[in-house]
Amino acid sequence: MSADSTTKNPAPKIRAAQTRLLRRLCEACAVSGDESEVRAIVLAQVRPHADDIQVDALGNVLVIRPGRGRKKRLRVMLAAHMDEIGFMLTHHDGDGIFRFDTVGGIDPRQLPGKSVWVGHDHIPGVIGAKPIHLTTSNERKSTISIDSLRIDIGLGSNTKVKVGDRATFATKFSRVGPSIRAKALDDRLGVATLIELVKHAPENIDLLAAFTVQEEVGLRGAQVAAYAFNPDVGIAVDSTPAMDLPTWEGAGDGGENSRYNTRLDAGPAIYLADSATLADPRLVRHLVDTAESANIPYQIRQPGGGGTDAGAISRSRSGVPSISVSIPGRYTHTAAGIARVSDWRNTLALLHTALSTMTPDLLAIDR
Amino acid sequence: MTELLPFLKSLISTSGLSGHEAPVRELIESTWQPLTDEMSVSRLGSLHGLKKGSSADPRPTILIAAHMDAIGLMVTSIQDGFLRVTEIGGLDARVLPGQLVTVHGRRDLPGVIVQPPAHLLPPGAKDGPVPLNHLLVDVGLRPRQVNQQVRNGDLISFSQEPVQMQGETLAGRSLDNRASVAALTLCLDELQTRDHAWDVWAVATSQEEVTMGGARTSAFHLRPELAVAVDVTWGKSPSTPDHKTFPLGRGLTLGWGPNIHPGLHASFKKVADQFEIPYATEVMPRHSGTDAFALQVAAHGVPTMVVSIPLRYMHTPVEMVALKDIRRTAHLLSEFISQLDIDYMDKLTLDELS
Repeated sequence: MSADSTTKNPAPKIRAAQTRLLRRLCEACAVSGDESEVRAIVLAQVRPHADDIQVDALGNVLVIRPGRGRKKRLRVMLAAHMDEIGFMLTHHDGDGIFRFDTVGGIDPRQLPGKSVWVGHDHIPGVIGAKPIHLTTSNERKSTISIDSLRIDIGLGSNTKVKVGDRATFATKFSRVGPSIRAKALDDRLGVATLIELVKHAPENIDLLAAFTVQEEVGLRGAQVAAYAFNPDVGIAVDSTPAMDLPTWEGAGDGGENSRYNTRLDAGPAIYLADSATLADPRLVRHLVDTAESANIPYQIRQPGGGGTDAGAISRSRSGVPSISVSIPGRYTHTAAGIARVSDWRNTLALLHTALSTMTPDLLAIDR
Repeated sequence: MTELLPFLKSLISTSGLSGHEAPVRELIESTWQPLTDEMSVSRLGSLHGLKKGSSADPRPTILIAAHMDAIGLMVTSIQDGFLRVTEIGGLDARVLPGQLVTVHGRRDLPGVIVQPPAHLLPPGAKDGPVPLNHLLVDVGLRPRQVNQQVRNGDLISFSQEPVQMQGETLAGRSLDNRASVAALTLCLDELQTRDHAWDVWAVATSQEEVTMGGARTSAFHLRPELAVAVDVTWGKSPSTPDHKTFPLGRGLTLGWGPNIHPGLHASFKKVADQFEIPYATEVMPRHSGTDAFALQVAAHGVPTMVVSIPLRYMHTPVEMVALKDIRRTAHLLSEFISQLDIDYMDKLTLDELS
């Protein structure tokens, strides 16, 4: 990194303004296929910082910040998905009561007894449950099926709410000690991080930022975004489950939790392998070396299932060397996740530092 | 005048788990202060507010009870910064995963109830609903901070905020039974401008959800001639049986069964009919599931009545009521009270046939 680039593009920081933006992003509703609320925030944030901004046919926001200088630069695509898991109303039973289906991977055991926001106007509703007094002990041993649950918006009719509308958990963002408690941290943490990278784009690369749609229903936005960008390198910036919880005797691995995926407070999670991507070893090395030389904590995400936008990017066109860097978060795909501000800060620092030292030499040797 | 919606919202935003009702009791006390002539707190934590009648001393007394305690959780142990918990009051563990809570530690800590991943649960607990003893609470602090802030026995309240919905409905936690506390408060409001011969003891009872000890001891202490328990009943909602539930917004219910004095029941019906207050008769073949169970057998026994407000999703953090049912309940209570003659007890009979 030249002294010149540091002065022109100071490293981004997580401060009150960034946290306020994350709050707005998390409290917005953008269930896969209806990302407009988050898209509007993203567009307003990036517009003052980039000339080349497009919204494509699926709704991805594609932002290009070209680098500067005569040297050849890598075209680096960064992807963070705007969409979140949620619900779609499927039938009106009458008098404000709607059947619904889930969008994205949601455990039905997370649904009963929650408040929700319906549609673009965030009309309040609840998913109730039968009173315990009217259940049998046998009944309480079975999971309450989605089929028997309803979204209830109150008595009477409402022209603002209709079948086809999306809904999300109605969780307000809160800061708790070293943590953030919010819905949709997967992947608004990534979106907030990518916004900062756009604002502080290093000049040694062409930064291609894709705020993608429909990740939760099959990495579909990233696929067309990667085609459009045709990048040299792809990096998905996502949030990955931290399952660093205590276990019970007779459970886990001899009573020990050896399958935690990632841990809070351990820094950005660098992916090696999931079901969609085998990370490019040159990128793994670059990120690990960057973290170690810059003294940024990092962790290797435990290899295993799951997938991020990197899966779609890596298989785009003739293939794109790709990797995922994720912010660990507990209780992904529930009403309220918990993540650490320090992990967010370190992820932003690692990505910015690593991007600032990326040159075509990185890909000069074969994979 | 008490504004129902803001008052009810503040009632359900205030903690007060069974046996630890002080926070909500203070709120009720300050609201009742200008509406009553005398107040006291019982040895078990119930709040008593006396609204004096207009007839000559000694006057007969009616006790109107609405329990103010809420269901919740309590910390049983702390492991690696996570809390294990037990229940205060009847909870279906299936509504707990993902709920927002407040842990009342050395300071109030926001938290969330966690359903651990299947691979961390013991064999037998991997499928289906995860029982309460395998759920955890995460307060977002590091283990060292948790150990400083939280002790075994600390209380945990749900922290679901009030949800104001269409059709003049409100959803949230603890509407069982703060909705009835609100009704009792509106009744006291109405009595400010009404003549009533009898003394009225408005009682916000403690411990209903666990011991019913508040109602039993307050009725013993105050020795009323009549007692009315105001509570919530099962509102008709998706997946509930029609024959045990009552529609929201269509009126209150008047209890009928062994906990209820038949003559008193008949008097309530008469007043409801007279003022065209919609109601349904709710049959309660055994235990009414309300403070009436305890009120009825206080001291020598008390003729007792149950008036209930339909409420959906009972004992979840998104219980739901229609505001007009609360207003109707308040109105029925105040009309009944103001119609009580000084010789009502002489005319009250168990035998409906007479």
